[in-house]
Formats: sequence, C-alpha cells, structure tokens
Amino acid sequence: MLPRKSLAAHARLLDEIGAVDQVGVEERVAKFTTRSIKKAAKLWGLRMAVSMTDLTTLEGKDTPGKIESLCTKAIRPHDDPSIPHVAAVCVYPSMVRHAKSCVGASGVKVASVATAFPSGQTHYRTRLAEVRGAVADGADEVDMVINRGAFLSGDFARVQDEISGVVEACGPAALKVILEVSELETFDSIRAASFLAMGVLRPGDFIKTSTGKTTLNATLGNNQVMIEAIRDFYMDTGIAIGMKPAGGIRTAKQALQFLIAVKETLGDAWLTPKRYRFGASSLLNDLVRQSERERTGAYQAPYYFSEAAESY
Amino acid sequence: MPARKTTGARRAGLIFGDLWEFDPAPETADPKLKARYDLFIGGKFVRPRSGKYFDSINPANEAKLAEIALAGPSDVDDAYRAAAKAFGPWARLPGAERGKYLFRIARLLQDRAREFAVAETMDGGKPIKESRDFDVPMAAAHFFYHAGWADKLEYVAPGGSVAPLGVVGQVIPWNFPLLMLAWKLAPALAMGNCVVLKPAETTSITALKLAELLQDAGLPPGVVNFVTGAGETGALVMGHPSAAKVAFTGSTEVGKAIMRQLAGTDRKMTMELGGKAANIVFDDAPIDQAVEGIVNGIFFNQGHVCCAGSRLLVHEPVAERVITRLKNRIRVLRVGDPLDKNTDLGAINSRAQLATIRRLVASGVREGATMFQPPCVLPKKGFYFPPTLFTGVTQSHRIAREEIFGPVLSVLTFRTVDEAIEKANNTPYGLSAGVWTDKGSRILRMSTELKAGVVWANTFNRFDPSSPFGGYKESGFGREGGRQGLLDYAKLA
Repeated sequence: MLPRKSLAAHARLLDEIGAVDQVGVEERVAKFTTRSIKKAAKLWGLRMAVSMTDLTTLEGKDTPGKIESLCTKAIRPHDDPSIPHVAAVCVYPSMVRHAKSCVGASGVKVASVATAFPSGQTHYRTRLAEVRGAVADGADEVDMVINRGAFLSGDFARVQDEISGVVEACGPAALKVILEVSELETFDSIRAASFLAMGVLRPGDFIKTSTGKTTLNATLGNNQVMIEAIRDFYMDTGIAIGMKPAGGIRTAKQALQFLIAVKETLGDAWLTPKRYRFGASSLLNDLVRQSERERTGAYQAPYYFSEAAESY
Repeated sequence: MPARKTTGARRAGLIFGDLWEFDPAPETADPKLKARYDLFIGGKFVRPRSGKYFDSINPANEAKLAEIALAGPSDVDDAYRAAAKAFGPWARLPGAERGKYLFRIARLLQDRAREFAVAETMDGGKPIKESRDFDVPMAAAHFFYHAGWADKLEYVAPGGSVAPLGVVGQVIPWNFPLLMLAWKLAPALAMGNCVVLKPAETTSITALKLAELLQDAGLPPGVVNFVTGAGETGALVMGHPSAAKVAFTGSTEVGKAIMRQLAGTDRKMTMELGGKAANIVFDDAPIDQAVEGIVNGIFFNQGHVCCAGSRLLVHEPVAERVITRLKNRIRVLRVGDPLDKNTDLGAINSRAQLATIRRLVASGVREGATMFQPPCVLPKKGFYFPPTLFTGVTQSHRIAREEIFGPVLSVLTFRTVDEAIEKANNTPYGLSAGVWTDKGSRILRMSTELKAGVVWANTFNRFDPSSPFGGYKESGFGREGGRQGLLDYAKLA
C-alpha cells in the first residue's frame, strides 16, 4: 500500500524505481537529433507518423462543422492515396457523438478528453461521470488528466486510486493518462508519475505527456524519461503500455526524432499506432508535405494541402 | 503497487530488428586530399632525402588514400635546424602577436571543418559524427583557448615569470590525429616554443592538411615542422639532441623506451600513456544515464581512447539491471561505414590493431569470461570489430589488466565502496575513472581515493581545453590543457 500524504512517499517511490539524471537524459536525446533519415526510411517514418497522429481540436470555439472538417482530414490527409488515415481524432466530450458519426467505419478512432480537462480541478464523481458520458457517446479512447495537486502534495495513493477509478469507468475504451509534465517539473517526478499510472493501467492503455494547454509540452527529454519507464515496466512485468507525446510537435523532423527515440529505446514492437501516438494538429500537414517532397523531389506551396485544424 | 521488483517477475524482451532500416546517409564533402604528401620543414613542403614514401590507407575499405614521405635522420636534422632558426624571433614576438596566429589557425580550421572532418574519418576510420562534432571543433577550441593565453603568460605562474623552452619534439598517436596535434601545438606555440612533430604512421594526413592551413595563416617558417614516418622516425624526433623538451602520447611500452633513451639528459618530458579506466556504477546511480555513460566511455572512437572506461565496476545489487540495459543499448549501436552520418562505431584504425583486439578478446574467451556481441553485419572490406561485452570478469583476467584499445568492455562487480576503490586502483595505470551515484559525498570521497588523473562524476569522456588532462603511475606524467598544461612548456624564472 502507498502511504497517504506521507512526506517520505516521494523518496520511497524514487528509491524503488530509481533516479533520473537530467544532464544525462539531455545528452542521450541530443544523439537522436543527429540521426540522418533519408529516402525510403524517411518516407516510411513519415507515413508511420501520420498513422500515429491523434488529430486534435480542443477549443472553446469548436463546432460540429469544425469537427466534420477535422474528421474528413483525418480519414484522408491528402490526395495521395498511399498516405494512411490518422489514428484518431481527439475532441471534447460534447463533440464525441458527432465525431463518431463523421468518422464512420473509416478506421479512425474517436478519442475524448475527459476528467475536467485540462486542469482536472473538479469533484472526482463529476470527472468519472464525464468519462462514462464520453464512453456512452461512443468514444473509443479517453484522455484523462492526473490529479497534479495530489501528486505534488505527496498523496500518491489518491493519484493512483483516481486513475484506477477512471480505468474502470472506461470499460472497453482505451485510456491515456496525461501526466502534464510541465507541472511536475522534474524528470524524477515524471518517472514517478509514469510508474503510478502504469501500475493500474491495462495493456494497450497509454501514458501521455501533456494537455497542450501549458507552456511546456512534449520534448525529446520528457518523452525519453517516459519511454524508459515504459520499457522498465514492460521488462519487469510483461505489460506493454503505450506512449503519447502531445503538444509542441509541429514539424516532420521532430516527429522522426521522436520515432528514432522509440526505435532505439523500446524497439520495433512500439513502432505502431497501437503503442505510440502523436497528439498534434499542425504536424499532419508537415508530414504530408515532407512526404510529397520525398515523392516528387520538390516542396509544394502550403495551399496544396488542405487545412483542417490548425489555422482557424 | 507502483513498481514491481525485478526478482521473480516475468521477464519480457525487446525487439531491435529491421522494421525501420535507415538508408545510407553518407557525408559527401570533399576532403581535398593530395596524391602525395611531402615533409613540412621550414614552412615548405620538401621531399624526403631518401626519396622514400609509404602508403596511407583508408581503414574502412583498405583503399589507398595518399603517399606519405618517410623521414630519415637527415630530414629530422633539417626539421630541428629549421625550428632552431625560427625560435629566436618567434619567442621574442609579443604574446599578442603569437596569439593572432593561433586565433587565425583556429578560425581557418573552423572555416574548413567539414573538409577536415571527412579527411580525419577517411584517414583514421572514426565515425563522421565524431570527427564532425568532437575532433575538429575540439581541436579548434584548443587553438582558441591557447590563443587567449598567449598575451597573458605572466598569469600562468603567479609570483614567477615564464619563458619558452626552445624547440620541442612531439610524437602523437593515431586515435585522435588532429585533436592530439592541437593539444601539442597550441600550448607550445602560445608559450613561444617551436615544434618538430611526428604524426602517427597510419594517420598523417590531417597533420599535413593542417600544414597547408599554417601556410595560409602565414605562420613564420620553421615555427612548426612535421616529419612523417613510423617508429624509427619517432625515435629520431624524441632522441634528437637539439630538443629542449619532448612530449609523447602513445603506448606505455614506447613511453618507457623514450624515458630510458632520455634518462640522464636535462630534457623535459611529458608522457601521456595508456589506461585501463574503471567506470564505477553504484546502486543509487541513475541507471539509464549510467548505461549511456558506459557506452560513451568504451565505444567512443571504437574504444581507441587512452582514457576509455574499459573496466566497468558495477555494484552487485544492480549488476543484472545494468547489464540487461547495457545489452539493449549495444543492440542499437550502428557499426559500419565511418562516413555514414548514422554510424556509431566506425573502422578499427589498422590491421595490426584489429589483430591485437582479436588476440585479447580470444584470451578473454579462453580464460572463461562470458562474451556478448550484438548481431551485426560488418562490411566485408576494411577493419571492423563489433561492440563486445565480457561479463564474469575478475581482476586476474588479462582483459581486465591489459589495455585493449578497442570496443571491448570488461564487467566486474563489487559489494562495498572500499572494494570498488581497491579494484579500481588495482592496475598499473591511472589515467581516468568514472563514478556514477546520486550521492554527492560519495563522489567527493571517490575522487580523492581514486588514483587517476581525471575522475568523471555522472558523466564520462568529457573534455575541455581549460581542464588539465594527464595520468598517474604508468599512465604518464605532465598535463595537457589549462594553466598546468602551459607550465609544462615553460621555463620558470
């Protein structure tokens, strides 16, 4: 059992899962950025990244019309039929039913943020009700936020119990647990929160970096800390948890660097949308644009690529 | 529970396969090589008096790169004579003026960084990412750093004053040809000495390319002279009666021979020799970052590093965890064409070195250590050796005692701090060591008790021109870099 509100809770958890050295992590991830991905390998990576994208719109001004446009783009990112559909669209709960009817049988999943996204600051029962509502409306996947307040005050048991409750509320839907790394601040805390979540997740669930609503989102550094936690957990338990960096990944080049990190840390079994996702919106068109560049040898003007989520 | 103990749990393996193969990504800059390189004496390229040349080959594919002049006794005499002639005016030049030349060399090297990086990789076999991101920029950094000292020499020895020694003879190794050259040239020149230097037989090209650059920089003739050749030429440079000081970087065996040769003379010496560094990982270390440091410590430059962390001492409670992660990490190292930007381990420098590595690895297997090599396809031509890990190694194994100078790591375990210190120091060498722990006080204790010139804490193979580098015991004496390094090229008054 995890102690409730113990001052030593953090230290005890770290003792069990091991520490992270920030300088070392940053040196490691800098090496991913020097990899040079060319030709067929680049095309493969770009298409893989498209198929891993959770195309996202999370704004107060979202309307059914916007969702429709997003879903159409998700199903057919570009005129080139060799470009696959994205993994999922990610929307607010109120839009789930509509999104579900838009994606139809295309294979694109509907993910819904829930649990009072992005802050999570409402009653636990309200948060659970939101999850149940989204699943009832047809959400295939639920993106929850952890209780950062409880985590930072050392109440790890509460953090984990709440995740456990959401897992139950999800039923058949896959769960993605957002750690909101910028609010946890240190790599040690990110690793600790990853383990807290994975301890109650099911195979096929995900941990996710951030909401995209704070200043610092996914970086190669926090992605690395989390995929190393996933690897350690998998090597010890055999339970494979997925990973979703979200926010801040805007270019194809960045996406390829994240995939190289996956290839060299978790291996081939994670190079699939079942275990790795990108939470992004403007990334998609850069992936498509770069893959057209690989195919034709020339960059095309931005207006050759349909906009769906990023600029209006 | 948030985490599960390793013991008793189900073990799952990872797949590092061929799902996403990378296409070749060769660096294509022109190294601008000449077909034949002469000796560089008195500011000019001159033919060797014997008329003899030897071939320099690319260890990555065994193709001939260029012909290099073979310097004999009279060529070495010529070089020393040219240096002695240049010494007076060079030493009398105001420090700021000498600094200008050094700044100019540093900037020219930066301007032509890609060209030099490609030449270095073709000549020595190291991966282009290392010559591009480490060797060439660090060489330039050494020239910059010492250029800054040239007009501040009165602060090198506070309370005293310094003067140049005269002509210094220098012999450098093949593992970091350009960088070792910079380590040797920059402090010597900043202090006002003149130089006769012999690069290693297998890696002379970047020195001779630098000679072209010294001409471009307008360095006065004779201040720097390069004589090329093998061991015999090296012995002539080290033993020359006009040398005021000799500086040698290379094997302990050759270092001892030089010391015997110079015993009884008043010539100053600096020796930077072999090593068998201990990289010590405690149970509270950040494991993944330690693994990265271990990999960097032993596989950097194919392990052709005198301060390589070739002995891993790992705390017993975490030994299994560290070794599993280390093996996973080694599986994703890319061995092959050094000019490919994705290559992590390039070619072994020479056929002879490859034979040495093979011989010592065979002794490890014969003496009962367990060998691990990841599956990797090595190019058919050229000299390559896969990254190799030995577990179950004890202090008595040859692979734990002798310098292998290749991508071979010996893993030993320890139980207590005292045992770690004892094992780390139980070697004739003492060049470097690494400590991995979350505990600051332990780092301080280890750095005091480890008999090594450099102790890295939670990192490995980090260098800076301002940080003195050198050894204890049979790893040599004298320092390179920093104020201490400059003092080794000065007469104190």
